[in-house]
Amino acid sequence: MAARLSGGENRLVSLPLSRIRVIMKSSPEVSSINQDALFLTAKATELFVQYLATYSYKHGRGKEKNALTYSDLSHTAEECETFQFLADILPKKILASKYLKMLEKEKRDGEVGEDDEEDEEEEDEDEAVDEDVGS
Amino acid sequence: MAERPEDLNLPNAVITRIIKEALPDGVNISKEARSAISRAASVFVLYATSCANNFAMKGKRKTLNAGDVLSAMEEMEFQRFVAPLKESLEVYRREQKGKKEARKDKDKKADSEEQDKSREEENDDDDERMEEEEQNDEEEVDN
Repeated sequence: MAARLSGGENRLVSLPLSRIRVIMKSSPEVSSINQDALFLTAKATELFVQYLATYSYKHGRGKEKNALTYSDLSHTAEECETFQFLADILPKKILASKYLKMLEKEKRDGEVGEDDEEDEEEEDEDEAVDEDVGS
Repeated sequence: MAERPEDLNLPNAVITRIIKEALPDGVNISKEARSAISRAASVFVLYATSCANNFAMKGKRKTLNAGDVLSAMEEMEFQRFVAPLKESLEVYRREQKGKKEARKDKDKKADSEEQDKSREEENDDDDERMEEEEQNDEEEVDN
């Protein structure tokens, strides 16, 4: 079923069609999927991955350290209209300590916390928490 | 959206390879970035499917076809994908035709008609649509 040419890297599509189909079928309104449509979706997804990665790298700060970071991606989701559909799953991150300070401030001021403090510290990525704690 | 998270993920190794091939040599990709892109890819599939399905429903069809997916790309503002997708599709169709012919020859030799019947119904739909699409889609693709 997968469109593979024999011999390693020069395949027509690398993502497994079977897996793509599983994801597509998880959509309740979808009844059936023609083989061409399945192939195109897989191929489009590959193009999408390439585009998201290169765009984020190009426009992000990670490249100062020769890296592609999470914050490059979430920055893209926020700033670029084409990728805005990803904003919910790529929320901006803040340091846990900053988040706690925000909570304290909210308590003191009795106001809803503002979104000012959105520093993205790459070294401390493993300490960061999702700002969007509700999900 | 996601029922069982494991099922809706794409294989890490493949995602990583696609990313690495797209970026300049030697660029590091954090594990978090990689996992985020993988999730984004799954969301993309869902979004594209939903969008393509709208086009199918407009056309009063229950089966998503190639045209629906291409229309979805335009709708989603991924116009840039349409030309390369059309090119790849032509190669894919030729491949599939070749495979089908090889299978048919094999079947004739083995004399097993059951194989034809048990093939996925999508391939039958596919045949009809291949003929339709080929009539519609005869434009050259520019690079």
